[in-house]
Amino acid sequence: MTAAIQVNAVEKSFGNVQIIRDLNLSVAKGERHAIIGPNGAGKSTTFNLISGHIKPTSGEIRLNGEVTSGLRPFEINRRGLSRSFQVTNVFARMTVWENVRCAVLWATGHRYAFWKNVDTLPEVKQRTAQILDDIHLSHRRDVPAGLLTYAEQRELEIGITIAGGASVIMLDEPTAGMSHAETERAVALIRRLTEGRTLVIVEHDMSVVFGLADRISVLVYGHIIASGTPEEIRGNPKVKEAYLGEEVD
Amino acid sequence: MSNAPTPSIAAAKQEPGGALSFYGVWLLGAIALVVLPLIFSSGGSLTSFSLIGIAIIFALSYNILLGQTGLLSFGHAVQYGLGGFLAVHVMNAVASHNWPIPLPVIPLAGGIGGMAFALLVGWVMTKRAGTVFAMISLGIGELVASSSLILRSVFGGESGITTDRTSLMPMFGWTFGPQIQVYYLIAFWVMVSAIAMYALTRTPLGRICNAVRDNPERVEFIGYDPHVVRYLAYMFAGFFAGIAGGLTAINFEIANSAYLGATQSGLVLFSAFIGGTAYFFGPILGAILVTYLQLGLTSVTSVWQLYFGVIFIGIVMFAPGGIAGILMKHRPLIRAGTLGTVIPSYLVAAIPTLALALGIILTIETVARFSGGDAIKLLGIPFVATAPTTWAAAAVLVIGGFLVARITWRRVAEAWDRAATVARDRGYLA
Repeated sequence: MTAAIQVNAVEKSFGNVQIIRDLNLSVAKGERHAIIGPNGAGKSTTFNLISGHIKPTSGEIRLNGEVTSGLRPFEINRRGLSRSFQVTNVFARMTVWENVRCAVLWATGHRYAFWKNVDTLPEVKQRTAQILDDIHLSHRRDVPAGLLTYAEQRELEIGITIAGGASVIMLDEPTAGMSHAETERAVALIRRLTEGRTLVIVEHDMSVVFGLADRISVLVYGHIIASGTPEEIRGNPKVKEAYLGEEVD
Repeated sequence: MSNAPTPSIAAAKQEPGGALSFYGVWLLGAIALVVLPLIFSSGGSLTSFSLIGIAIIFALSYNILLGQTGLLSFGHAVQYGLGGFLAVHVMNAVASHNWPIPLPVIPLAGGIGGMAFALLVGWVMTKRAGTVFAMISLGIGELVASSSLILRSVFGGESGITTDRTSLMPMFGWTFGPQIQVYYLIAFWVMVSAIAMYALTRTPLGRICNAVRDNPERVEFIGYDPHVVRYLAYMFAGFFAGIAGGLTAINFEIANSAYLGATQSGLVLFSAFIGGTAYFFGPILGAILVTYLQLGLTSVTSVWQLYFGVIFIGIVMFAPGGIAGILMKHRPLIRAGTLGTVIPSYLVAAIPTLALALGIILTIETVARFSGGDAIKLLGIPFVATAPTTWAAAAVLVIGGFLVARITWRRVAEAWDRAATVARDRGYLA
């Protein structure tokens, strides 16, 4: 079975500085995969590489078996990968409803259509309403996204990410900056919304990681030092030494 | 998930009578276009209405770029002017070959001209937004404007290319010789273009244009190429600018290099910005005001451009949302019924603000006419530019007006806070 994401020997340098070195990662279809690692390990860079935000210096990335390294983000998105951002990245002046609807349009095949009334497309309407319902923002649908609370913006961020129906979802620190209660809510949300899809998540909160992930990869200095089930990672001496310390024990 | 709100498709917030008032506004606009020349039927007002109509189309087309897609263009007159030139050439060709094409179709040729040029240069121009786009648009604008003086066979050099709109076949007995017939031709195209441009904002492309304006980076991660979106927006803007240019060519029966220049590009930016780019109707207000001022001020003062500058700076500094922004800010207050709280403070603030404005006008006119010229007539009072009393009056108005205005505007802010708090409590303001 082809992996959802296959990263082979990817390197990334900015000038003389090598950020990612010999990165190898395999995420099976339907798996919930967490990437953890200390600050500056290259987690976000890894996300940016896989989603096409930046191009690898060398190496190859495959999405569902197809080579995607070198493609533009929207081309990768159209092939079934969608990502969220660590820093909230929504359409600030547009309403919550419009934010989600925009994310639904390409996937429902309306593309750059300038001959259709966007308000009368039943599938778009229904899917947008469903997503808003899923992320519990139906009651805020007419509020400009820029005026939402932080936690609401994070939920909208997830909503936009899943709206296109991508088979591979990548979430970059979805619970960063959230309170404990908000985090619990967000984790339940993520678990439910990524049901049946492949999930790759970067997260600092270890309770989230170990509660959610089927497999975990540990990234240190741009290199994955260990990959395995939560139990394996917990027991891995290299990981303990490099990153987890006593936190997990 | 116990506190999950119920699905809200049915509960979608609908303003009471939303559809009715929506179509009502359009109908009112159409009626106004038909009735206005019947009420104000002098030749002067017909000319003004015609120019305002054209300015409305032009400003709305500009807002496809600035307000909808977030593209600041300094060269929008290129598409407008090229549309005008193509319209003139098509009219002359139609007339000389006696083709059975009536005049009302000609603006379409202008539109195609504007769009064709956008098609040609747009892909390179729209690769990047922001400063890059603004600079390239400025460069292209200058390039085309100066080329138009060199390529005489196409642009007719300094004098431009003339045409005769009555030489085309008449339609329903209309020759389009009289200005009133030209006005109705323009009014027809204003209505058609405005509806088309509004409809464009309600399409998938129109919505994604807004998304590109807000956050082009994120657009790439929901499947869209922002470059393509900008390119398409640029072509639509070019099309409607070309229609406006075609109408201008019909109105003046000439196309010359001034149509393409930076002044024209600046005016349309003014119109859209002063009117307010965040709302569809903003540029309409801006186009009406700027054209009206332009026509009115030129006959009153020789330094009318200076006033444009002052108004523009004032809007940018104090009301960046433009006239539409100011109006729409009051909507929640009207709904909450608290507008009455702020009106008195406005009236009080208006007095020193007007005094300040008069002082500025007096200062500008005094400086402008210092080295000779007629006396300045302001509110029927004659002022002599070289008289010390005039300078004193101007100083008192400016300084006094400014000091008092500051206090009264603070009062406005306080009244506004009270009104907004109530509106918020009543749920009309986020």
